[in-house]
Amino acid sequence: MNIDDDDFTLFGLAERFALDGAQLDQRWRELQSSVHPDRFTAQGAAAQRIAMQWSVRVNQAYQRLKDPLKRAAYLCERRGAPIDAERNTAMPREFLMQQMAWREGLDEAGDSEAVRSLADQVEQHERSLLGRLQELIDARNDVAAAAAQVRALMFVARFRQDIEQRLDTLEQ
Amino acid sequence: MALLQISEPGQASDPHQRRIAVGIDLGTTHSLVAAVRHGVAECLPDTQGRVLLPSVVRYMESQRRQVGFDARAHQAEDAAHTIASAKRFMGRRLADLKGAAHLPYEFVDQPGMVAVRTRQGPKTAVEVSAEILATLRQRAEDSFDDELFGAVITVPAYFDDAQRQATKDAAQLAGLEVLRLINEPTAAAVAYGLDHGSEGLYAVYDLGGGTFDVSLLRLTKGVFEVAATGGDAALGGDDFDHLLAAWALQQSGRQAVSPQDKGALQMAARRTREALTDHAHATLHCPLDGGDLRIDVSREQLETLTRPLLERTLAALRKVLRDARVQRSDVLGVVMVGGATRMPAVRRAVGEFFGEQGHVRVLTDVNPDEVVALGAAIQAHALAGNAKDGQLLLLDVIPLSLGIETMGGLVERIVERNTTIPVAKAQEFTTYQDGQTAMAIHVVQGERELVADCRSLARFELRGIPPMAAGVARIRVSFQVDADGLLSVSALETGSGVQASVVVKPSYGLGDDQVAQMLRDGFAHAQDDMQLRALREAKVDADRLLLATQSALDADGELLSDADRRSIGALMQQLRELSAGQDHDAINAAAEALATGTEEFAAARMNRGIRQALAGRSIEDV
Repeated sequence: MNIDDDDFTLFGLAERFALDGAQLDQRWRELQSSVHPDRFTAQGAAAQRIAMQWSVRVNQAYQRLKDPLKRAAYLCERRGAPIDAERNTAMPREFLMQQMAWREGLDEAGDSEAVRSLADQVEQHERSLLGRLQELIDARNDVAAAAAQVRALMFVARFRQDIEQRLDTLEQ
Repeated sequence: MALLQISEPGQASDPHQRRIAVGIDLGTTHSLVAAVRHGVAECLPDTQGRVLLPSVVRYMESQRRQVGFDARAHQAEDAAHTIASAKRFMGRRLADLKGAAHLPYEFVDQPGMVAVRTRQGPKTAVEVSAEILATLRQRAEDSFDDELFGAVITVPAYFDDAQRQATKDAAQLAGLEVLRLINEPTAAAVAYGLDHGSEGLYAVYDLGGGTFDVSLLRLTKGVFEVAATGGDAALGGDDFDHLLAAWALQQSGRQAVSPQDKGALQMAARRTREALTDHAHATLHCPLDGGDLRIDVSREQLETLTRPLLERTLAALRKVLRDARVQRSDVLGVVMVGGATRMPAVRRAVGEFFGEQGHVRVLTDVNPDEVVALGAAIQAHALAGNAKDGQLLLLDVIPLSLGIETMGGLVERIVERNTTIPVAKAQEFTTYQDGQTAMAIHVVQGERELVADCRSLARFELRGIPPMAAGVARIRVSFQVDADGLLSVSALETGSGVQASVVVKPSYGLGDDQVAQMLRDGFAHAQDDMQLRALREAKVDADRLLLATQSALDADGELLSDADRRSIGALMQQLRELSAGQDHDAINAAAEALATGTEEFAAARMNRGIRQALAGRSIEDV
């Protein structure tokens, strides 16, 4: 066990997209229980610094594994298909049309009820895209196609953030 | 084992002696200190048996000060020099203060942090808070008849970096060793969690005098994990009082102009609001310049008047649920914290908010004024190494996103809010112009897109970048947030290795030199000689480090080669010898040398510890 190990090894999980969220959470708590700086308060500054590094590393891996999009991007990158979202902006026409329809929907939504219904739609769509992503990575190991799928999902995630921001403003 | 034959230094503390660690709730309206005694957390009373200390400091003639009840007794008559609710000014500038005009103070908008002009000169919230903390420290030391090992101090979860740093500065001024800053809702959950042995998702609704916090926590076998936190750093019981006071003036056609009148009215409003908790009707009575103001208020009137404030707290609750991606029905219970949650309207509204789906318990059985301090005491006890099981672990989050300014005054977020701490994140940026050799880095905190709408935390510059075409340089900006929630930032040009870094402090809070100056000025009852104090601290730290190193050697000494063992032994010996002398700088230098010299050993022990922990787990899994 090494601080430089990859996220999956660090958490003792199989390197694949499908993941048991409860197991991940439990391992995270176990790992933090062993490495958190608060466990070493009586052991001096050096131990504190190292515990801090470990704790940061465990949190970093946890954040990456917990978020399906980040986890997929990490897997694609490890398997030689980096996401490079800034250089790969081309999206299928159909996808862009969908995005535009959603954006219009958000602009027109007058109350939090309407925004929430749009949020449900987007979430459902997102779930189906994630299902497809799992198939591309775990079943077919088609990382190039998976990377394209991740890029599309990044748009969806950003749109979901806009929806949430809108909800915040409406509910304040 | 020559190492073990070296004799103990004369005044070494007994390693088995219990370390006295306290929890301090530094509140807007009152503050408390608590400690674990005989296995139970309890608030420590003053000589008159009172546990609450009003967070009020009065600056009098000839450098005299009053703190707590004495100060509060003169609040109305000496309002301009009697500072209450200073927590609201913590790490703030004048422009940040809403409703400053209602307050009986003359504010000084000095760089860094706003101050109040008093007889004894301008006083910042840091100095006022240090007086309160020093009073509580004294109370604790009197209770135990011993010096404190350290303190856990609570802050609102929603406090930003500047406010946290200011709190830590205040503790330093008061001569307290801060074991950890923890969030108030988390502390409250600790107090409840250990009493009830609860597991699952809990909400903490904390409406204090001047701040409102709401947190969602997941409890699992002694691990308290904050799922999301939110709130409003400028909303509290005081605001209910302001509304009531303004209403009373409007109804009676009266005015409160002088600082005395403003102060008296605010206090009368609070008394009336508190009376309306147990009674359906009360009379607001307040002596003003032009004669007494007397007006009847019903609980219903108060509730109608303050409903918008209550709505703001419910909106924050909804937002936190959304951030954590959970439903109201997932929440098993809600812990009520803060004196203002005694208002029946607040309990009713929170109950109804969760009640639609049924079975949420509204927990009010621990005194809402004491619960935060009690939780802090439990955590302090654990951090001091006194807890036997050592199972308590708090995993908190940062409340507000952190980022830096990019072209056009936009914010690039680097660490998102509700990320578990400690955390480190880095992002690469590049130059904007050909031949650009310096880059200004502006660190901000907040959720808005524009820098102007976020809080500015620090500015620093990376200089000496080799001239390159625009967009070629690779500047890696790293953020690190420690377990106290405090930020440090560094920047590195990866091609040339040019580096710059800053512990976030400059635009707010106090510089180390300012703190040192205040200490020299004989601040906060610190009449002891600075040199002696520095020496005593250096010796205590040295003893602590020697003990820690010795116990590490006893436990895992076989990880070291003979040569390493000898060199560590020599460093320990050197520290022991210097520690018997009078030169605190030399002691500190030797301690640092030992810390550095044992770093690899510590790393090896950590790695082994983790391997063992994980090995245990794999067997379990098979």
